[in-house]
This record gives sequence, C-alpha cells and structure tokens, in this order.
Amino acid sequence: MSAQPSPEVTTHQEVTPPHEPQEVHFEPAHPTRDDQLPDTPDAVMACKNVDVRYGDFRAVTGVNLIFGYNEITALIGPSGCGKSTLLRSLNRMNDLILGARVTGEVTLHGQDIYARGIDPIEVRRRIGMVFQKPNPFPKSIYDNVAYGPRVIGMKPSNMDDLVEEALTQAALWTEVKDKLKQSAFGLSGGQQQRLCIARTIAVRPEVILMDEPCSALDPIATGRIEDLMEELRQVYAIVIVTHNMQQAARVADRTAFFTALAAEGTGDRTGMLVEYDKTTKIFENPSDKRTEDYISGRFG
Amino acid sequence: MALRLAAWLTIAITVGIVIALIIPSLEFFAQVSIRDFLFGTRWAPRFADASFGVIPLITATFWTTAIALITAVPLGLGSAVLLSEYAHPRLRQVLKPILEILAGVPTVVYGLFALAFVQGTVLRDWLHLPTGSFSVLAAGLVMGVMIVPTVASLSEDAMSAVPNSMRQGSAALGANRMQTSLRVVFPAALSGIVAAIVLGVSRAVGETMIVAIAAGGQARIVTGALEQGQTMTGFIANAALGDSRVGSIEYNTLFAVGLLLFTITLLINFISIRFVRRFREAY
Repeated sequence: MSAQPSPEVTTHQEVTPPHEPQEVHFEPAHPTRDDQLPDTPDAVMACKNVDVRYGDFRAVTGVNLIFGYNEITALIGPSGCGKSTLLRSLNRMNDLILGARVTGEVTLHGQDIYARGIDPIEVRRRIGMVFQKPNPFPKSIYDNVAYGPRVIGMKPSNMDDLVEEALTQAALWTEVKDKLKQSAFGLSGGQQQRLCIARTIAVRPEVILMDEPCSALDPIATGRIEDLMEELRQVYAIVIVTHNMQQAARVADRTAFFTALAAEGTGDRTGMLVEYDKTTKIFENPSDKRTEDYISGRFG
Repeated sequence: MALRLAAWLTIAITVGIVIALIIPSLEFFAQVSIRDFLFGTRWAPRFADASFGVIPLITATFWTTAIALITAVPLGLGSAVLLSEYAHPRLRQVLKPILEILAGVPTVVYGLFALAFVQGTVLRDWLHLPTGSFSVLAAGLVMGVMIVPTVASLSEDAMSAVPNSMRQGSAALGANRMQTSLRVVFPAALSGIVAAIVLGVSRAVGETMIVAIAAGGQARIVTGALEQGQTMTGFIANAALGDSRVGSIEYNTLFAVGLLLFTITLLINFISIRFVRRFREAY
C-alpha cells in the first residue's frame, strides 16, 4: 500500500500577481553572469511564427523566440496567455491532445521538429519535460529513473551507475540511496519532483522543459529545485513556465512575457508574446507598457 | 429506517442461504465422510452402489473455467487497452455498447450456440476434431466469450482511472503508446484488472446454463479439452430437475456440492481482495 501524499504536496504555493500595485523586489540571479550573456542567445531551439490551435480556438499566436544553450528561459504571463500551451508544443506533447495543431516552425538545432518524417518520440527523448504536479510512476524509485533509458532502448554498460548519476544530478541521491527499491509514492512532494527531474535527465536530453515545476511545492522544496536548475544549466538548456515572477527573476537568464488578447468578434482570448529579453531588462526596464504593468502588479 | 431494513435484509438473506446450504449438507456428511466426498474419484450418486467422490465434477469445472479464462483474459484485456488507450472517443462510443450487449445475451442462448454451432459445426464438421456431442472445450470457449465484457469493462474502468499525468510523463520520456500502456498504465491499474479477472473467474465457476447444455452429462474425470464432462453446476442443474425425494441422500448431495461451490468462489474472492489491497495504488 502506498503512503498518503505528504502535506508538503498539497501546499499550494502558486503566487498570483497581487492586485494591489506593489514594487517587486528581486535580486538578479546572476548579476555577474548577466554581462556575459550574449545579446542574442546561441540558439539550441527556436520558434518561428508559431501558432497553436485547439480545433478552431487559437490558443497562442505569432510566437518568435530563441532558447539558448546553457540558459534558463522563463515564460511568464497571466493565466490563459498560452505559455504552457507553447511549452507543450516545444516537445510535441500537444500531439497527444485531440484537435491540437501547431503551425509555424519549432526548431531544434535548426531542424523543424514538426517536419514530415520527424518522429515525435525521438523529439521527446531529446527534449525532456517536467510537469506541474510531480507524476512519478507507480514503481520503485530505481525503476522510475531506469524507465526512460529502458523504453528508448538505451543500453548503458551499467544501469545502476546511470540511475545513480541521474539521481545525483537531481540532488536526490543521498536521500534515496538506501531505499531505491521502495515505491516512489513514499517520497515527499519535493523529492518526487526531483525524482521526475532525475527521470528526465536519465535519457540525456538536450533541453528540459518545466511547466510550473514548483507550483505544488512548499518554499523549501521550491528553493531546492531552483538550486538544482542552476546546476542543470551547466549542461542543459532549460525553459520554465512559471506563475511566480520572483521565481523567474531568481532563476532565469532571459524572460519572455506573454499576455492574452481578446480576439475580434469572439470572446476567445488568444495568447501572444509581448516582450522577450534578458531577465534584468524585463524586470528593471521593460520596453513594453504591458510588461511593466504586469511586473509591477497593476495588471494580471 | 427503510435503508437500514434493506441492508439488514440483504445480510439476513445471505445468512439464510448459507444456513439452507449447510443443514442438508450436514445430513449428507453424516452418511458420507468428507474425505470420501472431497477425494473420491467416482461420482455416481444415483447408482445402486452409490459413490460420492466429487473429483470428476471438480475436474470438469476446472477445465471449463481454465478454457474460459484463456479465451476471456487476452480478449478482455486487449479490448480494454484498445478502448482506454487507443480508441478515438467516437470509436469508443460505438465499441463499448456493443461489448455490453454481449453481456446481456441470456446464458441459455450461449449454451445452445456452444452446443449447436461451436461443438457441432466448428469443432466437428469444420475442424474434424475427435469429439462427441459435448465437450468442455466448446462450453469453455463460449463461456469465455460470455465473460469478455466483464473483464473488458472493469479493466477499462481501472485503466481509465489512471491519471493522464502518468501517460504524459511516460510520453515525455520518449515512450510510445504501447510502452506507456503496458509499462505504466497496466501496472498502475493492476489491482482493478485483477479484480476484473477474478470476477470473471467467479462467473465462470458459477456459470450453469452453458455447461449444463454443452459440456456433457457424464461425471467422469476430464483429462482433455475435447472430452465431455459434468461440472459442479451442471450436476446441480441436472439433478435438481430430477425427482429426488426431499431428504434423500441424492437430494442432500445437491446441497453438499452447492456448499463446495460456494466455498470455492468465496475463497477466490477472499484471495483476490487480499491481492487487490496489496497492489492498490493511490495516486
């Protein structure tokens, strides 16, 4: 029988933008690094004029973005602005949703991942994803990590080493090394999320997408995941969707701000990219009035 | 008040059934030892030199049940995976009702189908198999088809209850749909699937009409699928239609076999509950 989820999991820590205007104080994550950051990212992935539709509904439109190597890019914006939808189109997870359609170009190393003949399974192997709610499989901790390598037919010389390496990279090894055979459901919410990160790392992706990875976690667990992202950036490109602006400010090298606009005639709201720049620029000196309003809490 | 009455009445009826089974059985076991009953290999309750070894009936029940499961488990689980993991919602809307129609066919119709078509036409005329008018194979196959909807529908419920986040997690690691179905959804739904199969077993063990019609009427130890054989339920159905005098040993035999049947299904359910508890996953 599996353990009840620990109280940690249920702590909902999503910070919605306050309605009272207030000054957001933040410390840039990497004040020294910011200067080293090239003006345009060294692209590992890029979106060119991307639209995502669900049936007739256009969820997000006209997105142009470049995601750089060894950079953390945050996608922020109010609910319904299409940032999660866009994120899911980056590794073709939208393929699993009936009626979802992506137009425009999403490239990995310049190769369109939606081109004919591209296997979505291969795309997902190279572009990993961590979800909002920790979603470990009903298997042991070890088998959770080994699952990815097994299904894609990786033949590591030693699976134990691979599992250890992934768990170590995900900063979970010391906590679980004595209970690898136990069910993953026995872990706390924060540990489960790090397990999901370990699972993603185990297949050696090039990019890791994170969809509000801390929204179900308490501040301490959130802090650990943020530290971990900092480490992972050395090896991977990370794209994170977050509702928490402080989080974006803390971890991201660059930030893209999205908003939702009501389409003409219909009541549907379509998401679009407003501004994309270095995080310091977005938070200290945004070019667009809407970004400034959102950042300072006047809107959203 | 009325609700409480309904609940108590159900319990009272269950207890009543058990008592009604036990009392004549006790009379039976006063005349025949439990050992002779359970381990005897000759079943001839109506002969002059009557013998009450229940093993022949058990072997026939075992054969029909096993054949039914070999048919129903792959078909049922296959349909469940198809419905839950692959089928477009529109296909599912069509398939599920069709499957449920199968469950609604009266068992006597299945019995005739097994006797006339499966045994007479398919096994003998088409395949030229060396078999008589009856066989446990024909009865078992048709019984398997009968319990497919039970297995499929309950397994499908269990698989559909597995949260989508797990499928997405698996897909995001580069697993294809089959891998996700077999390695994530299936184990996660295992307790529900086992429950579905056990319910199928219980139905197969207790199924009467099909075996009474198609399996045969001679109580002999069954050693092959093409042989005929009388199951426990088949015996009860046949003997109950006969003219056994109330209180006679033949009459009491019915209850002894009924009690054994009841004990077997109870045991199966008990084991399955233990199993289901052991493997249940809370998401």
